[in-house]
Amino acid sequence: MMSIDWNAFTPWPALAGGVLIGVAAAMFALLNGRIAGISGVIGGLLKPVQGDVAWRAAFVLGLIGAPLLYLLFASPPTSQIDAGYGGLVIAGLLVGIGTRYGSGCTSGHGVCGLSRLSTRSLVATAAFMGAGFVTVYVMRHLFAI
Amino acid sequence: MVIFVSLLAGVVFGVGLIVSGMANPAKVVGFLDLTGAWDPSLALVMAGAITVGVVAFFVADRRTVSFIGAEMKLPAARHIDRRLILGSAMFGVGWGIAGFCPGPGLVALGIGQAKALAFVTAMLVGMGVFELIEKRQQPEVLR
Repeated sequence: MMSIDWNAFTPWPALAGGVLIGVAAAMFALLNGRIAGISGVIGGLLKPVQGDVAWRAAFVLGLIGAPLLYLLFASPPTSQIDAGYGGLVIAGLLVGIGTRYGSGCTSGHGVCGLSRLSTRSLVATAAFMGAGFVTVYVMRHLFAI
Repeated sequence: MVIFVSLLAGVVFGVGLIVSGMANPAKVVGFLDLTGAWDPSLALVMAGAITVGVVAFFVADRRTVSFIGAEMKLPAARHIDRRLILGSAMFGVGWGIAGFCPGPGLVALGIGQAKALAFVTAMLVGMGVFELIEKRQQPEVLR
């Protein structure tokens, strides 16, 4: 049975943060003419092409620097990582290889692709969300990790 | 200009991830835990982002040059193949294990989490492995 955790549910911050993410994707598309797909942007840095590096590095730097800017206006954000180091390394490898094979992640397929009504991105999003649901089910409820 | 837009978009995206709670893996796993105490927040993050995105891409997809004169490089791929599905599924398994996808991984790194460094390093290694496999499978002349 599905039960909603009303104490954890934060509809307004979720919507507001989502709008900011949408604005970032909009800036990228309308001004840079590109998809704000984070795995693709990082992936391009690993096989650098001349003249194609600086904007990628700037985007990554902005993402890493965002918490510092956020701290100027608000208290430190919560970021609770329950996975152990072994799990994080396995997860990182799977995310790295998987997003490159699947040509995108939550930002490229999930936000940008779905915004473009792309069936290809819808299939990708269904695949990674489905796999995420199954993985958490198996880990939490079958093996109680 | 493109570089400045990229930096600014990175910051806005990152702040969006923090505000929405998605830079917190425990909250992401709370969404992926459908049969447990479910936290639907991530669905609203997507809804908020896509609402803005639909309008932006409706305009962007009809332009031949961006508003600051950059070349439009929006992907045109439409095919659905094994690579897309298996790659995405693989990503989803990693996402479920850690509660991290690439963006939040980078933001948590900026928060100064040692565990995020482990995740991001492994992710970069994974992406490097992909490049190596791709390189080996494609003859030099075709690249």
